[in-house]
Amino acid sequence: MLSRTADHLYWMARYIERAENMARVLDVTYNMSLVPNAAVSEAALWLPALEISGNVEAYDHEHDDYSAAGVIHYLAMDIDNPSSIYNTLRSARENARAVRVAMTSETWENINALWLEFSQFIGQDLAKHGLTEFCDWVKARSHLFRGVCFGTMLRDDAFSFVRLGTFIERADNTARLLDVKYHLLLPSQEEVGGAVDYYEWSAVLRSVSAFQAYQKIFSDTIAPWRVAELLVLRRDMPRSLHACLDEVTPILEQLSGLRQIECKRLAGELHAKLRFGKMQDIFQQGLHEFLSDFIDANNYLGAEIQRAFLSVTASQ
Amino acid sequence: MQKFAAQFFDEMQLDSASVREIYVAYQHWLKDVPHHQLESKRQEAELLFRRVGITFNVYGEADGAERLIPFDVIPRLISAKEWTHLSAGAVQRVCTLNMFLHDIYHNQEIIKAGIVPSSILANSQYRPEMFGVDVPNQVYAHIAGIDLVRTSESQFYVLEDNLRTPSGVSYMLEDRKMMMRLFPELFRRYSVAPVDHYPQVLLKNLRAVAQVGVQDPTVVVLSSGAYNSAYFEHAFLAQQMGIELVEGQDLFVRNNAVFMRTTQGPQRVDVIYRRIDDDYLDPLVFNQDSMLGVPGLLSVYRNGGVTLANAVGTGVADDKATYIHVPNMIKFYLGEEPILENVPTYELRKEEDLKYVLAHLHKLVVKEVQGSGGYGMLVGPAASKKEIEEFKLRMLSKPANYIAQPTLALSTCPTLVEKGIAPRHVDLRPFVLSGKTVTLVPGALCRVALKEGSLVVNSSQGGGTKDTWILENDLLEDEPVTITAKAKNSKVESVC
Repeated sequence: MLSRTADHLYWMARYIERAENMARVLDVTYNMSLVPNAAVSEAALWLPALEISGNVEAYDHEHDDYSAAGVIHYLAMDIDNPSSIYNTLRSARENARAVRVAMTSETWENINALWLEFSQFIGQDLAKHGLTEFCDWVKARSHLFRGVCFGTMLRDDAFSFVRLGTFIERADNTARLLDVKYHLLLPSQEEVGGAVDYYEWSAVLRSVSAFQAYQKIFSDTIAPWRVAELLVLRRDMPRSLHACLDEVTPILEQLSGLRQIECKRLAGELHAKLRFGKMQDIFQQGLHEFLSDFIDANNYLGAEIQRAFLSVTASQ
Repeated sequence: MQKFAAQFFDEMQLDSASVREIYVAYQHWLKDVPHHQLESKRQEAELLFRRVGITFNVYGEADGAERLIPFDVIPRLISAKEWTHLSAGAVQRVCTLNMFLHDIYHNQEIIKAGIVPSSILANSQYRPEMFGVDVPNQVYAHIAGIDLVRTSESQFYVLEDNLRTPSGVSYMLEDRKMMMRLFPELFRRYSVAPVDHYPQVLLKNLRAVAQVGVQDPTVVVLSSGAYNSAYFEHAFLAQQMGIELVEGQDLFVRNNAVFMRTTQGPQRVDVIYRRIDDDYLDPLVFNQDSMLGVPGLLSVYRNGGVTLANAVGTGVADDKATYIHVPNMIKFYLGEEPILENVPTYELRKEEDLKYVLAHLHKLVVKEVQGSGGYGMLVGPAASKKEIEEFKLRMLSKPANYIAQPTLALSTCPTLVEKGIAPRHVDLRPFVLSGKTVTLVPGALCRVALKEGSLVVNSSQGGGTKDTWILENDLLEDEPVTITAKAKNSKVESVC
């Protein structure tokens, strides 16, 4: 298929996934702000949402404080913030529109309908009311997107690039979320079992749809290291790093065929670390170090995928 | 006012008391449908079109401005008999124009015979780069849109031939899909000839014009991208044909061949259905600032390394200056009488014509031969005395640059407007496809001027579209329609 087409499909999927994860972070942060005994200030609560998406610096330029209203608007609706949900969904739709030929009409119409529906939220003050509905809507549209791709697309390269985009982005987002949260919550580790701690960690779990999974697997109080294990090493947990690489590696094997290319090797290396790694060793190395290494490696992997398949000059 | 309206032939209403026979069943159905129900169907259509993204971009408008072309829920009906006549005429015309294009870029017999003046070689649309270049099957205009207007029961005129990159066929297909969805019951009453095989016929034709020796040709659609006003159509056709939609940046030239950049490396391209004008195709030859084209494309094309559809240089055949000569061309190349008439045209370089035009300016439309888009044009009935006098002076200084035509009384068709159903002016653009044979799918784009009294059907000026129903048999025919007659009507085929 055309490199440009592959590029658009890949980024379309990345942007949808990014919007979903941003909605998850907003939703969970908002829910935490409703917990009465949350010991933290408004700023301490909302700053991490900016940190997870790497937006603190840009936000600081325009704002004086980390108020709920400011952060929510900035991350959800701000047309000047390239990584707001508004702009990521818009980019997803523009990428889709550029290659509507390469996807099924159901897939295209789904994304187009998403964009048309978005207009109902424009102008709403989400911080005042409607944030939960908005976040639910973004998540539901993202589920619908994956479903329509899965249910209607031919299992060809186009499908592979869509899936690739989804899982590269998801791996990045999960790693960032865990890194920021773990880092912040670590000091309270000694008081494991406290009510606040429970809310905070259950919020993290909920933000990646892992709360029920945690209960089912461990049926015990929520312990930070188990949360980390769930989101890093468990391959049966669909938003874990391991699960993401389980998807990425075979897709790259299949796309590259017999060609020996760097992105295939990188994915294999990263995959092996998750597949054969032990949580104990990861903690010994330091979870934060592990996660930031992972984020860098995943970025590098993305760049290599770009170089091998997607850039217009690739095959000349 | 009443008297004015009666000047126009109406597709449905013969007069206030009677309905044309093909519309009887439709009108019978229509009179029982309340206005608000039609209006809600119209709104449903608009919603669906938006959802599917059947939109066009408006250049220079605020970001995200994607507009819908208004869709009218009342169809235009064409009888089988009318269609047999129109399609035969359109095929005859396109055959002739292809022969003309081959001739004008080779031996130029038609100039030697004195049918067409040699001044045509100085036309800006004539591409000297194409002289002596052989194209497969001698087909130049693979896709042609012939604009027809009607002024009475029996009188159709060809208004214009579109041989460069005619657009609108996606509306022919999407309007039909919409009508079948909104009014399935009507399709049980009428046997409407299907149109949805158009993309398959187009693909077959495009594959047929690959260079000799190419076994399994790779065909692509070349678009200028998502910001082009007809992008929806480019994408739609590529998708329907199951082929790649490429942009200039996806293609490159190497070793006298064109390749596209794919995730698996370069892949050879054999036939390019291009929806980019000649001027932007190749920055090395034409417009140097073009970012849309492919450097070196023309040289590969001239050497027979790739086929372009439509060919480069077709503009010389659909120019206003050439239009005048088409009836004579038909006689010259085919030895036949033209089936479809041109709009009577006065050439001001002829003394007799000039005299007539000067005396009747208030009734005529005067156009500059090489002008386009309404520049250098005088619409007599709408112009003031002063404008006419001013135009007269310009005209007299260079009469050879002008032609004049009567203002045509375009037929009207009932159309849903705010106040109810009212007559609005329409035209008709059937699409003629040339490959190994010259064919038409039984359908057409019908454009309608939504503004009361307006004769301008262009979408840029508030025009809309209607589904066109070519009937497979006419209820009005005395003799029973046989199966063979039906088959013949549904598809006109001719080999020239």
